[in-house]
Amino acid sequence: MTSHWTWYVIAIVVLNLVGCVWLLRGNTRRSPTDPKPDETGHVWDGDLTEYNKPLPRWWINLFYITIVFAVAYLLWFGVGSFKGYGHWSSHKEWALDQAAEDARLDDALKLYAGKSIDDLANDPQAVAMGRTIFINRCAACHGSTGHGATGFPDLTDDIWHWGGTPHRILETIQEGRQAVMPAWATTLTAQGGQTAVDDTIAYVLSLSRPDQPKSEAVDRGEKLFGGICVACHGPQGKGNQVVGAPDLSDSYWLYGSSKASLRKTLNEGRQGVMPAWKPVLGDTRTRLVGAYVWTLSPHKVPPPAGAVVAE
Amino acid sequence: MVGVEGSYNDKVIRQFSVMTVVWGVVGMLVGGFIAAQLYWPALNFDVPWLSYGRLRPLHTNAVIFAFGGCALFATSLYTVQRTCHVRLISDKLASFVFWGWQLVIVAAAISLPLGYTQGKEYAELEWPIDVLITIVWVAYAVLFFGTIVKRKVKHIYVANWFYGAYIITIALLHVINNLAIPAGWMKSYSVYSGAVDAMVQWWYGHNAVGFFLTTAFLGMMYYFVPKQAGRPIYSYRLSIVHFWALIAIYMWAGPHHLQYTALPDWAQSLGMVFSLVLLAPSWGGAINGILTLSGVWYKLRTDPILKFLVVSLSFYMMSTFEGPMMSIKTVNSLSHYTDWTIGHVHSGALGWVAMISIGSIYAMLPRLLRLPKMYSVKLIDTHFWLHTIGVVVYIAAMWIAGVTQGLMWRATDPDTGTLTYSFVEALNATKPYYLFRIGGGLIVLSGMLVMAWNVFKTFRIASASTEPQPLLAPDAADARA
Repeated sequence: MTSHWTWYVIAIVVLNLVGCVWLLRGNTRRSPTDPKPDETGHVWDGDLTEYNKPLPRWWINLFYITIVFAVAYLLWFGVGSFKGYGHWSSHKEWALDQAAEDARLDDALKLYAGKSIDDLANDPQAVAMGRTIFINRCAACHGSTGHGATGFPDLTDDIWHWGGTPHRILETIQEGRQAVMPAWATTLTAQGGQTAVDDTIAYVLSLSRPDQPKSEAVDRGEKLFGGICVACHGPQGKGNQVVGAPDLSDSYWLYGSSKASLRKTLNEGRQGVMPAWKPVLGDTRTRLVGAYVWTLSPHKVPPPAGAVVAE
Repeated sequence: MVGVEGSYNDKVIRQFSVMTVVWGVVGMLVGGFIAAQLYWPALNFDVPWLSYGRLRPLHTNAVIFAFGGCALFATSLYTVQRTCHVRLISDKLASFVFWGWQLVIVAAAISLPLGYTQGKEYAELEWPIDVLITIVWVAYAVLFFGTIVKRKVKHIYVANWFYGAYIITIALLHVINNLAIPAGWMKSYSVYSGAVDAMVQWWYGHNAVGFFLTTAFLGMMYYFVPKQAGRPIYSYRLSIVHFWALIAIYMWAGPHHLQYTALPDWAQSLGMVFSLVLLAPSWGGAINGILTLSGVWYKLRTDPILKFLVVSLSFYMMSTFEGPMMSIKTVNSLSHYTDWTIGHVHSGALGWVAMISIGSIYAMLPRLLRLPKMYSVKLIDTHFWLHTIGVVVYIAAMWIAGVTQGLMWRATDPDTGTLTYSFVEALNATKPYYLFRIGGGLIVLSGMLVMAWNVFKTFRIASASTEPQPLLAPDAADARA
């Protein structure tokens, strides 16, 4: 801010405050020439009249005190490019607060640095810390109880799209995940005709309902699935945790099990994103939140389908 | 005595008085509904124009500009005629102001639920409606100041200073904050951007509180309190000091809505210190009103209208103390974005603005209809207790909810430095108070329905052809040619 504007602001501030003082001084004392000291003698609407009593002393003092405070405050905290005698700024205050919080946090985190998340999961204090991180960072998508929502996985079951070992969970949290389900409808239709999308949906739905009789559509869908989808979702749709392709034979549906939702998946594809949290939270805090997530699931990790995870 | 001929234009006053009650009921009904939506979110029925985001501005516009606005038009046009001892300068202009303002309200009631908004709080209405407001407001200013110019008394009564300041300032605020580039009939872009836009908006926003909801209602207070109490105003010189200090200092208070934001630190500091300096000028009006009752406090036992007026001044003192406290940066860092703010604004709006308006309408209506009193004085008393209890329940619930939220949002674990609670945990903690808030609001609304019944019956007992009231001659000592 230029000094020209600073002086402009200071001038009108001073004008306002001096104006108040002038008003107060001018009206505190009764003028000696006042013929009717206690009333004005004005009459309106038949019976509206005015006294002219002195201002209450405590009120005058209150007014002066606030004015003195205002001047002192502005001298200390500054106006415009005048930074004030206290050299205060909200940025400095924030930086100091942040440094103090960081120091406290570093102290608290030292204990847990580099520990694996299944180790940390046995430490109630670590899990409690992990929970506070989870409810403030992860709950927005996964819910405050970790039960997930449409498009955001449930973390309390034993179904893991990207692998449920402590190592894989930590990797998911720290590095993030980008799922890519392409839009297959055009390709499917080219290979299987107008009913191809519906046939594929019929087959995929039949995977989790093996007791139901198979229709012709399911048979047609199975052929299409075997030509295209099998590359990621595997034979019988068992999924592949390396590329995050969900198991289609279980009862869990990330985007819902309605035909409309499956049709949308095939028509438009799905791009689920888990952000990378290591750059935001750092190593130790992602381990703590991983430990908390680990305690949410029943720990019955199914053997990874497809390529075996190196561990 | 100076002889005068003619009568007052009371038709426009009766019209605005009735609409005050109608819009009061409507605005508070919408308020009750959105309060219920906060407790039972399913009440938006998945219908876009019933969603909270669209009905909330409808509620605020309805209670401030429809209910409060009609009350101000009614009382200011009544006061200016009675204290100038002349009829309004033009009946046609008066009619235009009434119908024009109703059109603005109807346009708001249609366009806001449809989702048309400028996105500025209390200035949501799109530019064609803004233009209409400006035209109606200028007509109102001509009507009011034209009548002042024609007055038959030398001195301008203090109530008219306040009404005059409000009319001029609202014109200025409305035009400057709504400057925008139209991009179609119901879409526009503000000419300001970034922090400047925010500053202009809250300069407007706080002065809407300062001039529409405070200065103007002080004008109401200065006519109806001495009239109802039958006592002279306590101090003329106090009127002078607090009037000029109030209108000068209020202009500075806006930045306190933007503490700890992108606004420069010094602007935030100015917003805070001037809010504190504002305490004494605000209280000046309340003192002048309350001390006017010296010697006639016993009237409170029998006159529920006076109870409305005096309790409104108590709420005024309370919320004008609370406001400066909340503007202090360290207090604001706790209170901002919480329901404490909602509690504060309702102690001002329901406690001060609504009570002084309701009291004034009860005082004015029988005089307009040439009746000795309202249909039922007992029902006025019932309304008084319903309103008072409702307001207290409402603001107490919001205080507790607000302070709880503020404390839970900032709580960090003393051992680890991480946040203790999630947002939804704070929401759960405040949920019971939202139920109390609905209860308090419904009690206030039920009081308004009692008023509507009382007003309806009063009109029924008034003779069908109310004779126009002849102008009262001014006092000889004060008369002006």
